[in-house]
Amino acid sequence: MKRRQLLATAALGLSMAFGGAALAQDKTKACFVYVGPIGDGGWTFQHHQGALDVQKTFGDKVEIAWQENVPEGADAERVLTQMALGGCDIIFTTSFGYMDATNAVAKKFPNVKFEHATGFKREAPNVSTYNARFYEGRAVQGHIAGKMTKSNKIGYIGSFPIPEVVMGINSYYLHAKKVNPEVELSVVWAFTWFDPAKEADAAKALIDQGVDVIASHTDSTAPLAEAAKTGGKVIGFGQASDMADYKPSPRVSSIIDNWGPYYVKRVGALLDGTYAQADAWEGIAGGEVLIGEITDAIPADVKAEAEALRDSIGAGTYHPFTGPINKQDGSPWLAEGATAPDGDLLGMNFYVEGISGEIPK
Amino acid sequence: MFGSIDPALLISALMVASVPILLAAIGELVVERAGVLNLGVEGMMIMGAICGFITAVESGSPALGFIGGAAGGAILSLLFALLTQVMQANQVASGLALTLFGLGLSSLLGQGYVGIKPPLTGSVPFGPLADIPFFGKVLFSHDPFVYLSVAIVAAVWAFLKFTRGGLILRAVGESHDAAHALGYKVQRIRLLAILFGGAMAGLGGAYLSLVRVPQWVDGITAGAGWIALAIVVFASWRPWRALLGAWLFGGITQLQLNLQAAQVPIPVEYLSMSPYLITILVLVVMSSGRGRASLNAPACLGQNFHAAR
Repeated sequence: MKRRQLLATAALGLSMAFGGAALAQDKTKACFVYVGPIGDGGWTFQHHQGALDVQKTFGDKVEIAWQENVPEGADAERVLTQMALGGCDIIFTTSFGYMDATNAVAKKFPNVKFEHATGFKREAPNVSTYNARFYEGRAVQGHIAGKMTKSNKIGYIGSFPIPEVVMGINSYYLHAKKVNPEVELSVVWAFTWFDPAKEADAAKALIDQGVDVIASHTDSTAPLAEAAKTGGKVIGFGQASDMADYKPSPRVSSIIDNWGPYYVKRVGALLDGTYAQADAWEGIAGGEVLIGEITDAIPADVKAEAEALRDSIGAGTYHPFTGPINKQDGSPWLAEGATAPDGDLLGMNFYVEGISGEIPK
Repeated sequence: MFGSIDPALLISALMVASVPILLAAIGELVVERAGVLNLGVEGMMIMGAICGFITAVESGSPALGFIGGAAGGAILSLLFALLTQVMQANQVASGLALTLFGLGLSSLLGQGYVGIKPPLTGSVPFGPLADIPFFGKVLFSHDPFVYLSVAIVAAVWAFLKFTRGGLILRAVGESHDAAHALGYKVQRIRLLAILFGGAMAGLGGAYLSLVRVPQWVDGITAGAGWIALAIVVFASWRPWRALLGAWLFGGITQLQLNLQAAQVPIPVEYLSMSPYLITILVLVVMSSGRGRASLNAPACLGQNFHAAR
């Protein structure tokens, strides 16, 4: 009896979902799944800003819905199914760990569009993936780090050893090295996206080692708070969000994830019927990666150079990975003048020459 | 082998990093010595973290924040006391419930406090003492709570060892029937111990959100309460060993990060798991039955008491 009721409810839900999609031509529902709280001040906060942009742009034509703190795993699949049944026309899943859940649910709901952030699996025709070229922002940070370090030791707090992060480390190091051949990079792996106490400890360990410029790939402001305790000796960068509370120092610049343009574009395409499966990877040029204000804690000439670097990447005249570049073991990767193909970047599992230490397996 | 790691900096960092778990552990130690097993340390810590944070932000005073944190932990522990001492509920289940409840409630209370910077707590000004090589950095460069936590360990040790109150507390934990027969109010004494444990856990939590990080985010304690529970067992219910245990746990975390920063090629995973391995080892040694340590667990630990029984 119970089982029959359950099936009946599911069937009703399904018919409502599909019926709803057919009927609601004038009101499209865009749904967002977040891995953390909107108030994290970083990753999830920025995705939510993008969602709000969608609402602002399309007004009455679009309805948005979201769910926070969705764990990566079995729960994600349940939430996605619920959303698909609840009449969502397009669902944005905003963390790498939702990859399999997104693909599994997408196969069951061929009429709902799924958009997965930072992933690479598109197993159904209604799954698209999108990401941002954060390494372009890391190049600008590396330039500032190389110019600003007094101890010639710069640090990077890594989250997990995945290509996305390794790419950032390499870009940061290459551009620091370019302006300061003496520079040494220390990488600390925190093995978390978000654990403020551990992030603070990692920053402290780096500072104790004499590092005076810290970039972080974790989501909280804790490394900046730790840098602030040194009274201006150590600087750092905002990550994912502007983290403007720590201006003008220790936060001297930032990488801002700006998902708004992409979300607006995709929902707009769905509205006017031009939507197609995509694998988007935009950077500074597409407006997805913004470089937060470079503060006056940086000398004017360094600031001008960093801005010029940003603009040349944005204009497409310079690629952050331009040869000659060797891998850590000395074997050649890119020849003189060659630029890194996207495939190499997306699977990046090696350090470039000059970085010491190993990438944990 | 340890490359360029400065031992003075490492020791001073581990002293700071271990304060939250030390405070929570010394509180739980007193609770368990009174014969009560409160597994809600994590919940009380995080309540202390958010209550302390809110108090400090609203009042602008870090000192008031710490008092608020201790009060938050103590109030939550009162719930545990009500369940286990008055209603005679199972201590293990109540403690676990307390952790889940505390995590949820703190997240609710913290909704409006994400991304705010609390007022800063300064170091104790030791003047020229802080400039002594090595010892200046290790001993005289901390905030007041590093010293306070060690002072609390000393006070608890002295209380348990030398005072009449400590003797009564231990008697209640060893044999509540005998203590009752002597005319001591078992439940009242246990209630006080639980409140002390809650306040200490709350203080540890407030230290995390006000000094160590310092900001509020959901789930800020990230398992520190469970480590505190492990330390109590590791310490075989002795205060000074709890200090040692906290420094060991805090120290290995610091050492692990420092080794990475100094680019020493030791796999991170081994160091990360080592404190837990040591705890398992200690538990195995203790539960093997022959060692003196196994006799040290309070005999009435985890048992409820009712005068009418």
